[in-house]
Amino acid sequence: MRDFNSNQSSGSPLLNVRNVSIAFDTEKGRFNAVDDVSFQVRSGSTHAIVGESGCGKSVTALATMGLLPDLGRVVQGSILFQGKNVLDFTEAELERLRGNDIAMVFQEPMTALNPVYTVGQQISEVFRIHQKLGRKEAKEAAIQMIKKVRIPDPEKRYDEYPFQLSGGMRQRILVAIALSCDPKLLIADEPTTALDVTIQLQILNLMKELQQDMGTAIILITHDLGVVAEMADDVTVMYAGKVIESGSVFDVFQNPTHPYTRGLLNSIPKITDDKGTKLSTIKGLVPSIFNQPKGCRFNNRCDIAIPLCQKAVPELKPISGSHRAACFRMQEGK
Amino acid sequence: MAFLEVKNLDKSFPIKGGVFQRTVSSVKAVSGVSFSLNKGETLGIVGESGCGKTTLGRTLVRLYEPSAGDIQFDGKDLVKASKSALKEIRKDFQMIFQDPFASLNPRMSVRAIIEEPLKLNKIGDQQERQEKIDKIIKLVGLRPDALNRYPHEFSGGQRQRIGIARSLILNPKLIIADEPVSALDVSIQSQILNLLVELQKKLGLTYIFITHDLAVVKYISDKIAIMYLGKIVEFGSVDDIFNKTKHPYTKALLASILVPDPAKRGHSEALGGDVPSPANPPSGCVFHTRCKFAMEVCKNKIPEMKSVAGSNSHQSACFLND
Repeated sequence: MRDFNSNQSSGSPLLNVRNVSIAFDTEKGRFNAVDDVSFQVRSGSTHAIVGESGCGKSVTALATMGLLPDLGRVVQGSILFQGKNVLDFTEAELERLRGNDIAMVFQEPMTALNPVYTVGQQISEVFRIHQKLGRKEAKEAAIQMIKKVRIPDPEKRYDEYPFQLSGGMRQRILVAIALSCDPKLLIADEPTTALDVTIQLQILNLMKELQQDMGTAIILITHDLGVVAEMADDVTVMYAGKVIESGSVFDVFQNPTHPYTRGLLNSIPKITDDKGTKLSTIKGLVPSIFNQPKGCRFNNRCDIAIPLCQKAVPELKPISGSHRAACFRMQEGK
Repeated sequence: MAFLEVKNLDKSFPIKGGVFQRTVSSVKAVSGVSFSLNKGETLGIVGESGCGKTTLGRTLVRLYEPSAGDIQFDGKDLVKASKSALKEIRKDFQMIFQDPFASLNPRMSVRAIIEEPLKLNKIGDQQERQEKIDKIIKLVGLRPDALNRYPHEFSGGQRQRIGIARSLILNPKLIIADEPVSALDVSIQSQILNLLVELQKKLGLTYIFITHDLAVVKYISDKIAIMYLGKIVEFGSVDDIFNKTKHPYTKALLASILVPDPAKRGHSEALGGDVPSPANPPSGCVFHTRCKFAMEVCKNKIPEMKSVAGSNSHQSACFLND
């Protein structure tokens, strides 16, 4: 049995994803969903993984918990959680890891909750399984969690079913389930995408407050750059399965260096824009996983691509401090 | 006379219950909605889920029968129009739907999808239809070879272009777009928004643009209606809504926008509470349960839409303005 609670040596990250490639073996052959991805999450910090649908951001997070779908495999690299490689874990060890040390909040709270159990049962289940609490204690603990996620009237809510709650309330319940065992890392996959704007901010604020109370690190997977700017300490931008830029949130937003990051930031309509000013766009489409362009995967949509971009794959190179980008043309200050 | 004039529009749905499925109550999904829109303008309808914005859009074109109220479209009375008259008028308005994956028939080729409205309305012969389709597909930025392919071969953004082509084939005057970009990736969203603006300029279209995204609505609209629980609570020009905001709900919506700039983090302010159920709306002003300025009168009386002093475009329904 591994010791999951050993103190990590100071300075080493809580989670260290190193050169991870994930492939899916399908009838049409093997496809790389994630290619040579590396990033680190510091204890207690929020690390955002940003990208459009199909860029590999969710798959990367699932691999961290050993939850890849059947066809998917990590074919290269290591995922070190507190210094131990999650990829070497047995199923029993993974089960101890999930829920206790790493927990997850999903996008769609209606499908993530079981409709035939009360929300209280679903929270106390966590305590009964992971902390081996008795029925009564588990109920007590569950009610405390409902209180903690700021749901009024927790005793009454304990006995309600998911359909009786609003979307925002359901997402609070998911946060309660995830944080029940005081995990060190919370993976939140598009936690507010399905919610209304006014509710989105409530949930984000709740996550921030609980993070400060409990010291949980968060991996925030999202396509919403507004959410990233509000929440993240560090950002990893992914495109077509590769990391194309990473750094502190200020590096990436104030000095976006990769043409894709710049394109993303420019293409969102801003509240300060005037009507009718043409939005800048990124031309073309996100490439299909079955048909990735050679060289830099962004080259066919890039405005500043040179012939080299079609031949060679650019590596992540440092810009300043922890800020890095993978583009052949960044030295030219473009 | 405005191009589209809506007065006191109501739409309620019955709630059935009991053994005999009798109507026991009703949900007022849209209540007392009035506005007018000129030709070539864009009206943005903004609100959270369940506020009735989609129902309003569908009631405007009588996809839902209005429960009460009056709709004048291009000088014609829509509510009183007979079935055959309605079919004729309907050529002039079309819808673009949110989910480009669900709104295109997977078993029809793109050509058949775009041709269907022409066939149904018995417009043109084979040759003429062909020409129309070839023209429209280029107009929405797709290559002509797309016509022989099927929806599953296209990405979300391209499918939305197909949906737009279908809505334009009858030369409509009014397009109702219900969250047309919210299912799309950011880099694709801006492509579709640009296309919609370009088509409006080229074809002189009038848009009703339904969305929950304030930045998108600001980008595309001339006039904006803010809805909450079936009612319009504030109406005005883009400048009125964003710079001279009157209604506390609009203020709360604007305050909850997250700007993609980490230097401005923590500046947003969350609105407390949840949207109440439309089946059992609060008494008085529907927003009073979440409003931090709520007074005694707000619980008892329903505020009416009133013109804001010194403006003829700007209206708001709040007792604070009195």
